[in-house]
Amino acid sequence: MMSIAVAHGHDAHVIGLEDAAHEGPAPKRIITGFGFWIFLLSDIVMFSCFFAAFAVLSGQTAGGPSGAELFNLRNVAIETAFLLLSSFACGMASIAAEVRSHLWFYMAMAVTCLLGLGFLTIEFREFADLVARGAGPSRSAFLSAFFALVGCHGLHVSAGILWLLTMMAQVFAKGFRADILRRFLCFALFWHALDIIWVAVFSVVYLLGSAA
Amino acid sequence: MFGKLTLAAIPLSQPIPLVTGAVVLVVILAVLAWVVIAGHLPYLWREWITSVDHKRIGVMYVLLASVMLLRGFADAIMMRAQQALAFQSNGFLPPEHYNQIFSAHGTIMIFFVAMPFVIGLMNLVVPLQLGVRDVAFPTLNSVGFWLTATGALLVNVSLVVGEFARTGWLPYPPLSEMTYSPGVGVDYYTWSLEISGVGTLVAGINLVTTVLKIRTKGMSYMRMPIFCWTTLASNLLIISAFPILTATLAMLILDRYLGFHFFTNEGGGNVMMFMNLIWAWGHPEVYILVLPAFGVYSEVVSTFSGKPLFGYRSMVLATMAICVISFTVWLHHFFTMGAGPDVNAIFGIASMIIAVPTGVKIYNWLFTMFGGRIRFTTPMMWSIGFMVTFIIGGLTGVLVAVPPADFLLHNSLFLVAHFHNVIIGGVLFGAFAGYTYWFPKAFGFRLQEGWGIAAFWFWLIGFYVAFFPLYAVGFLGMTRRMQHYDAAAWTPWLHIASVGAGLVLVGIICQVTQLVVSIRHREELRDLTGDPWDGRSLEWATASPPPAFNFAVMPDVTGGDAYWEMKRRAREEGAKEVDYQPIEMPRNSPTGFVCAFFATVVGFALIWHIWWMVIAGLVGAYATFVVFAWRDHDEYEIPAEEVARLDRANIATRRGLVTAARGA
Repeated sequence: MMSIAVAHGHDAHVIGLEDAAHEGPAPKRIITGFGFWIFLLSDIVMFSCFFAAFAVLSGQTAGGPSGAELFNLRNVAIETAFLLLSSFACGMASIAAEVRSHLWFYMAMAVTCLLGLGFLTIEFREFADLVARGAGPSRSAFLSAFFALVGCHGLHVSAGILWLLTMMAQVFAKGFRADILRRFLCFALFWHALDIIWVAVFSVVYLLGSAA
Repeated sequence: MFGKLTLAAIPLSQPIPLVTGAVVLVVILAVLAWVVIAGHLPYLWREWITSVDHKRIGVMYVLLASVMLLRGFADAIMMRAQQALAFQSNGFLPPEHYNQIFSAHGTIMIFFVAMPFVIGLMNLVVPLQLGVRDVAFPTLNSVGFWLTATGALLVNVSLVVGEFARTGWLPYPPLSEMTYSPGVGVDYYTWSLEISGVGTLVAGINLVTTVLKIRTKGMSYMRMPIFCWTTLASNLLIISAFPILTATLAMLILDRYLGFHFFTNEGGGNVMMFMNLIWAWGHPEVYILVLPAFGVYSEVVSTFSGKPLFGYRSMVLATMAICVISFTVWLHHFFTMGAGPDVNAIFGIASMIIAVPTGVKIYNWLFTMFGGRIRFTTPMMWSIGFMVTFIIGGLTGVLVAVPPADFLLHNSLFLVAHFHNVIIGGVLFGAFAGYTYWFPKAFGFRLQEGWGIAAFWFWLIGFYVAFFPLYAVGFLGMTRRMQHYDAAAWTPWLHIASVGAGLVLVGIICQVTQLVVSIRHREELRDLTGDPWDGRSLEWATASPPPAFNFAVMPDVTGGDAYWEMKRRAREEGAKEVDYQPIEMPRNSPTGFVCAFFATVVGFALIWHIWWMVIAGLVGAYATFVVFAWRDHDEYEIPAEEVARLDRANIATRRGLVTAARGA
């Protein structure tokens, strides 16, 4: 028994020497933000599957229209502008929350929301137009992959808007409480992540798709 | 009004599922009636259903896994019986029923036995081992569990309302497409797994954040018990692999519901994309299951050999290496599907490489035992049984990793024998070892040893008798999933295999008996100290069962095998006076349960195309989320006096036992 304890003590000592001191659990804000980052990474993994499917199927038009015939880059440019500006507005909301300014917070969030809705409207009209022209998702594998990928992003934006409105209501009802601010941090991360994904959608689907 | 759902969905013509369903329903109703009449409902609601305590949630995960193990095993024994009888005959299971049984067996055993079992153990143990009070997101943890339970419930509902998938445990298209599987079976499969997959993802995020961000003072990475490392690796895999499953099944759902062409034969769909995507999840999944089991063995072998784990650093390295390499071998699941010799060779070599870190682990366990004072307790027996069995399973795995050999053995019973060899011998034995090892921590009394040892031997021998004949018939050319066959040479082997399944059944009966006997004799088996095995990591530093707050004072860790070090120092320096502080703990919340209720409604409605119910369920889920978000008090305080009282009581018992031992 004794020898074991001694042997063990030696081992622990060696390990202990090489490790930097660990201070204990991180503060709540860090924990929440970190956990949400991990969620975002997993969400991006999910998107990457839809991107992969699009890459595999983009040439499979089954005799139907290709991206070059369907995509309207002007609309896409407007969508991109809306989304990027909404991210800027969301950033303003973060600053407003930081300085505890209710007025600026609501204004920035409202702008974020309107830009998001504008984005969704354009996207919805694009989808409706494609379906009306007989280029719906069941026309070809290419269009299936297109609708799934872009639609998945659109669903995320819709969920984001629902979250955004809930967030505004929360700040209205509860004020800038610590837990509300943590939630807002997550929302902001989510909204910016959707932007990053949109940049990839824009490049891979629309730019490369129009060139083909 | 009810979509595709009519009374015809109840399989009145099939006696087996109907009678089973009726019996299960009666049992459930009886249990519910007993709970309500005996007045246990408030207790269950308060202490378990709404609990956000990681220990309670861990126990519920394991309970779910155990119940589902019975269901999955019932499927297994029916399949073994069918194949034993089905030589030039139809046996007792018609093909459409047999196909549902093997699909349900695989689905249940992987998603609702193995997964919840290992996640339950991680939930129960990891915060204790890290010396902290809870996981990172306690309420989310409860949501994760209840969503998993929703998935399990939906799979079981398919027994009596409609049908289950007939496509195998992975619904390969084009068979799983609407053209060839027009029923609701595949929909039960996809929606159950989409819902429980969200639960698993939530658990993964929670545990990764816990390990990386919530460790007690001094618990640096290289001082964590190996079980925490394997938890980290396994949950990193969950985070990076489960979204692939979600996306792949979503594509299949789009194909089936909205006429998309991801995997169809028509419209330019690509069937092979399904194989690639599903196995890009599926292979990491294997390691998601087995890595926590490796962690359990590491803890058990070290404790019962009375030695620190041999080669701690190489163990960490091997674990993380497996975590990465597991993403580079998926193609070995379909060598025969035409990727060509170069691609096959690369994936064959990668598959052999991943055996190396696993080999490192085996040697580490052997060297940990070498020169140790080994106690052959039940968990240790499972661990030794694992080492022998898993090496054989690993070797047959390396065999099928060689593409030319795989062309002969692909989809034969050899393969079935191989993956049962690693999953039973690796994951399930580990789960049982962990269950026996940590049971006293969870409940405050040990499991009775005799029945445990008996269960071990029946399981071990039963496993060999059941699955080694399958290697043989695999070599004899028998493919998997055969409802009947005409080759006389297979029959004796299949008869032996069914005897093996019978032995495993005896093993399971022993386990149930062990639990009953242990509960009845719990006073004799009581663990008063909280450290029944002379353990080495922090979960043994607190009482059994631990108080809600786990540790009265957060431990200060100064080295590896933290608790061993504390015991040694306490022996030399004696106990110190402690300054107790009040503790803030998260409040219970019905959010998880209510969420899962709505998820069940949504899932069921989607399966049967009841659209108004889908919308109602989604609105309900959103409302639940808002109600939760509107809470003003999410924590309650345990006063310092209460903390002090509980902790002093535990210390006094421990001291009393030590004094008694010295006196003797």
